[in-house]
Amino acid sequence: MNALTRTPLRATCARQPNAVFSARYWGGGLLLALALFALLGAWLIEADPNRQNLMASLAPPGGDYLLGADHYGRDLLARLAHGARLSFGLAVLTLLSAAVPGTLLGILAAWRGGITERLLVTLADAVMALPGLLLVLLLIAFSPGHYVPLVLGLSLSLWVEFFRVSRARTATLLIQPHLEAARLLGFGIGYRLRRMVLPEVAAQLPTLCSFALATAVIGISTLSAISVGLRPPTPELGSMIVELLPYYAEAPWLVLLPSLLIVLLVLALQLIGGRINT
Amino acid sequence: MMSRLVTARLLQALVAALLIATLCFAMMQTLPGDAAMRIAASRYGPDAMSQQLAEAVRLELGLERPLLTQYAASLMQLARLDLGYSLVSGAPVIEELKVQLGHSLWLALLALALSLLFGPTLGLLAGIRPGGWVDRLSLGLSILLRALPPFVLGLLLIMVFSLWLGWLPPAGFGSWRHLLLPALTLALGLAALSSRVTRDAMAEVAAAPYFAYGRQKGLDGLALAGRHGARNAAIPVVAYLGLQSVYLIEGVVVVESLFAFPGIGHALVHAIIARDVPMVQGTVLIMGLLFIFINLLVDTLCRRLDPRLNAWQEVRR
Repeated sequence: MNALTRTPLRATCARQPNAVFSARYWGGGLLLALALFALLGAWLIEADPNRQNLMASLAPPGGDYLLGADHYGRDLLARLAHGARLSFGLAVLTLLSAAVPGTLLGILAAWRGGITERLLVTLADAVMALPGLLLVLLLIAFSPGHYVPLVLGLSLSLWVEFFRVSRARTATLLIQPHLEAARLLGFGIGYRLRRMVLPEVAAQLPTLCSFALATAVIGISTLSAISVGLRPPTPELGSMIVELLPYYAEAPWLVLLPSLLIVLLVLALQLIGGRINT
Repeated sequence: MMSRLVTARLLQALVAALLIATLCFAMMQTLPGDAAMRIAASRYGPDAMSQQLAEAVRLELGLERPLLTQYAASLMQLARLDLGYSLVSGAPVIEELKVQLGHSLWLALLALALSLLFGPTLGLLAGIRPGGWVDRLSLGLSILLRALPPFVLGLLLIMVFSLWLGWLPPAGFGSWRHLLLPALTLALGLAALSSRVTRDAMAEVAAAPYFAYGRQKGLDGLALAGRHGARNAAIPVVAYLGLQSVYLIEGVVVVESLFAFPGIGHALVHAIIARDVPMVQGTVLIMGLLFIFINLLVDTLCRRLDPRLNAWQEVRR
């Protein structure tokens, strides 16, 4: 459809593979640290992210509240940890519901060809006819403030990338001599797809996955920030930032810390994706 | 050649319109309460609303007919470019959209202009000497900016320029000063990508034989970059604008909501919260069609800049 705009720009990637490798290394480390914070933080920090203490409203960092308290006197560290866990959880849920059907349908389309392929490609094209966020907003409009249309909408726009890549990879694989040989030797289609095609397709997935995760994290926090995603009092990072903005003059860290957490999360995912040059 | 491009995009527009209309029709059915009552209340005001008025509306809009007939009728209505009436204000959707679209177009154009000022300039400087300090600095900036979701970037700009320095108003609408911060937010996000695309294209051009020849025949740096660099490097940058139009349209929704700027994206978010389905349909439709139109424009422009594309397409066919 717009083959032109999607043509890979013959980037003169003069940057050595080392640089990409070390970027992945850093991204991986950062992501691990954030994941530990999200998983363990919500357990280890005993404070309830929703318990209010109006006497401690806007308490500065240190003392009873390690990172201070927000306008209702809720512990910021606990809210950050729960917010990070929520972001991770929803992003992974989105990724799974986009990557698994996307990849399998891509393999199916390339294998079956004919009407199956044409139908699936038409479906993918229909999704691509709109910018992703508009599609998500259309689905959210059915019931704003709930996480189901949020996740559903995001995965509906993200599965296309997985579909396209796995379909293209499978189509080139199926005509390779070694697969032809396996067919002539009498190996069934199930065996060939599972043992010979799937591993090759899976090798392409990490980059796609990290970018899908980054898109999901950005999408969830953005939609919550413009109050059509998740809503307060849920400790969601995006809605926390907007909720706390009016207290910027008294307590700037309340706004800056959740922002920093989102930025680090997206940065880690993009570094792992490795497409840092363009 | 041109007609082929236009046909493909028209088909895409048709698919998008059908998708939007179908989803919005389904949404209308899931709204709680009686549709005729709701529409009557929005048209005549909640106080003047009566059972008779609701019945009149039901008959007029044919809400008593079977669902499939209503669905076909709603598609026919859309085909006549009739977007219906807002469920909240009762005004025709098209009238509200005209005003809001104007505001949004100004914002988007200013953002695009600013991004073309920052991005390609930085990219050209970086691409002439790959690996130099300009290149490394712009790479760092670009990585940082791409990790910032537009709403976080917008809030940071509000903090710095409105709350801290007090130069610009944090939100609202009225003068050109209100336009600057939202446009800057979008422009920085766009420039983060376009600077890298320009840099790669320029590095490729700078390594090309014709560039070395130009240098050897004694052209100075500026003339060389201008005459042989800019146009060749512009091709991928323009091609990339198609992808960037996604960012621009999504960004307009986010940034307008953040800065309370009364454009079409702001209207969409408000319509979603108020469950105003005709407004949702109208705003998404306009933005979707705009997206497709921009892509058509980009395709055409690319063929202008690079006539080889035409020949290449012929060979492939």
